[in-house]
Amino acid sequence: MRSATARTVRAIPTLLRIGLAETVAYRAEFIVWILTTTMPLVMLGLWTTVADEGPFQAYRSEDFVAYYLAMLIVRNLTGSWVAWQVSEEIRLGTMSMRLLRPLHPMVAFATSHIAAIPFRGLIAIPVAVALLVSSGASALTHDPAQLALLIPSIALGWIIGFACLFALGCLAFLVTQTSAIGNIYFTLFGILSGYLLPLDLLPGWISRVASWTPFPSMLGTPVRLLVHPMARGEALELLAIQGAWAVGAIALALTAWRVGLRRYEAVGA
Amino acid sequence: MIRARDLTKHFRVHKRGSGLAAALKSVVRRKYELVKAVDGVSFEIQRGERVGFLGPNGAGKTTTLKVLSGLLHPTSGEVEVEGYVPFRRAPELLSAITLVMGQKSQLIWDLPPADTYAMNRAVFDVPQDAFDRALRELTELLELGDLVTKPTRQLSLGERMKCELAAALLHGPTTLFLDEPTIGLDVAMQLAIRDFVRDYNQRHEATVLLTSHYMDDVVALCPRIIVIDQGKLIHDGDLRALVKQTDPDKRVSFTLVTPRADDELVKLGAILKREGQRATLRVGEKDLPAVVGHLLGEWKAADLAIEDPPLEEILRVMFGKAREGREANP
Repeated sequence: MRSATARTVRAIPTLLRIGLAETVAYRAEFIVWILTTTMPLVMLGLWTTVADEGPFQAYRSEDFVAYYLAMLIVRNLTGSWVAWQVSEEIRLGTMSMRLLRPLHPMVAFATSHIAAIPFRGLIAIPVAVALLVSSGASALTHDPAQLALLIPSIALGWIIGFACLFALGCLAFLVTQTSAIGNIYFTLFGILSGYLLPLDLLPGWISRVASWTPFPSMLGTPVRLLVHPMARGEALELLAIQGAWAVGAIALALTAWRVGLRRYEAVGA
Repeated sequence: MIRARDLTKHFRVHKRGSGLAAALKSVVRRKYELVKAVDGVSFEIQRGERVGFLGPNGAGKTTTLKVLSGLLHPTSGEVEVEGYVPFRRAPELLSAITLVMGQKSQLIWDLPPADTYAMNRAVFDVPQDAFDRALRELTELLELGDLVTKPTRQLSLGERMKCELAAALLHGPTTLFLDEPTIGLDVAMQLAIRDFVRDYNQRHEATVLLTSHYMDDVVALCPRIIVIDQGKLIHDGDLRALVKQTDPDKRVSFTLVTPRADDELVKLGAILKREGQRATLRVGEKDLPAVVGHLLGEWKAADLAIEDPPLEEILRVMFGKAREGREANP
C-alpha cells in the first residue's frame, strides 16, 4: 500500500501548479494584498526623516533604509493570509470539501500559499532590492555565509507565521467570528516581530517580552541576518531558535486542528 | 458496507429572540438548546445496494450523511463504512467514498473543472492511465464535452453539477453519498443524472445512499428506502412494501370518451382529480379489476394508467402518524 506521506509528496507538484493557476486567477485580490504589505515603506519615510537630523539611538538614515527595505522583502516572502481562509471555510462549511480528500488541509493551504510566493515578490522585491543596493548597501551584511543562512531563515520564518496563523484560523471551530482575536494577534505581531520598528528601539522590557514569543523569528531574525553583521555562532543560534519555534508552531497548528475538528459542524448544506 | 448503530449527533445551538433587546441580552447571557439532529439511528446497507434516505427538512438526513462520510464526529453510537470508522478519516476510506452535495461545490471556482480533476488525480493518487480511462468514461456518460475546459464560474447549474459528479467519481469510489444531486436541475438533466448513477452502481457494484427532494429520483433509483423524522428512524425497507403498507389503494387515471358526471365516477372510486374528460380515481386493490373492466368495457375510456400513490403522499401520511405518535407519547 502506498503510504499517505509518499502520496502527499507525489501530489505536491500538481498542487503547486494549481496554486499558481489560482494565484493568477485572483489578480485584483492579489494586487491589493501586495499593496497592504508596503507598511515598511511608510515607516521608512517616517524614520529616515527623523534620522536625517542625526542618528536615532544607533540608527543612521541608511540603517533605517536597509532595515525597512529588508523588512519589505522578508514580509513579502513570509506573509500569509491562511487564518482568514481557514476561519471562513470553517464558518461557511466549505471546509467539508477539503475533508473529503486524503490530504491534510494544512498541506493543501501551504502548497497554494507557496505557489503564490513568486508572484507576491514579483513587484515588491525587485524594487526593494534595487533601492537596498543603491541606498542602504553600506548597512547590509557582506558575509556570504551569513547571507546563505538567509534562505533557511526565511523558510523557517514563513513556516512559523503560516503555522501560527493556521492555528489562529482553527479558533473558528470554537468561536464563530475570529476577527477580534485576529486583530489582537496582528497588533502583537506588528510590535513584537520588528515589523513596525526595529526591536532594539523598543523599551527594554518589550524586547525581553518579544524574545519569549515566536514573532521575532517570523520577521526580525531574517531581517537581522540581512542587515546586521554577526558572529557565525550568533547567526546559527538565531536559526536554531527559529527551528525550535517552527517545530512548536507546527505542533500547535496540528493540535488546534485535531482538537477543533471534533467540534466541526459542517454547516451550510 | 455501511453500518450505523444507535447513532446520535447532537448540536448545542445558541438561541436568541429577535430585536435589539434580545441581541443585547444575548451578549450578557446566552441561552443554548440541544438539537438532536440524529437520535439513535441504526441501519445496515450491503455493498451494491441503492438506498433512498428520506425525511422532511431538518429530519437529520444530511447530518447522517456527514457523519457517514467522516465530516462530523458522532455524539454517540457506532458507525462503520467500508470497514473504517469515518471520523478517523483514514486515507483508504476517503479513497473509497465520495459525497456529492448539490448545494456545495468542490470545483475550484475560477479554474476549469479540468484543474480540479488534475488535483484530485494527484491527491487520490490515481495512476495516470486509470485516470484517463475514468475521465473518458465519465465524459462520455455525462456528455461533458468541452465543459471541462471552461472556468467553473461560467458553467450553468446543470453543467456544473455534471462536472461535480465527474470530480466526485474520478477516483473510483465504491460508496456514494449523494445529497440532493439533482437539486435545481431541469427534468432532462435529472433523468441523465439518474441514469448515470444507476449505470455507475451496476458497473462498479457501488453502494449508493441518496437523499433527494425529488421523489422521482428515489422511486427510479432506490428499491429500498430509509425514512427518518426528527432524527429518528421511522421506516427501513422495500419501497413497494412501504407504499402497500401505508396506502394500498391504486391511482387510476383515464380519459373519458363520452362525458360522465362526478356522481357516476364516485361509484367507481374517490375522485382525486378531474379536469374535463381527464380524471384520476382512488381505487381499492380488490375493486381494481372490476373498475378497470368497467372503464375499458362500458365507458371505453382511453389512456388508462394504474399507478401507486405518489411517494410524497405516502411520506406525508407517515410523518403525520409519527408526529401524532410523539404527541401522544411525548
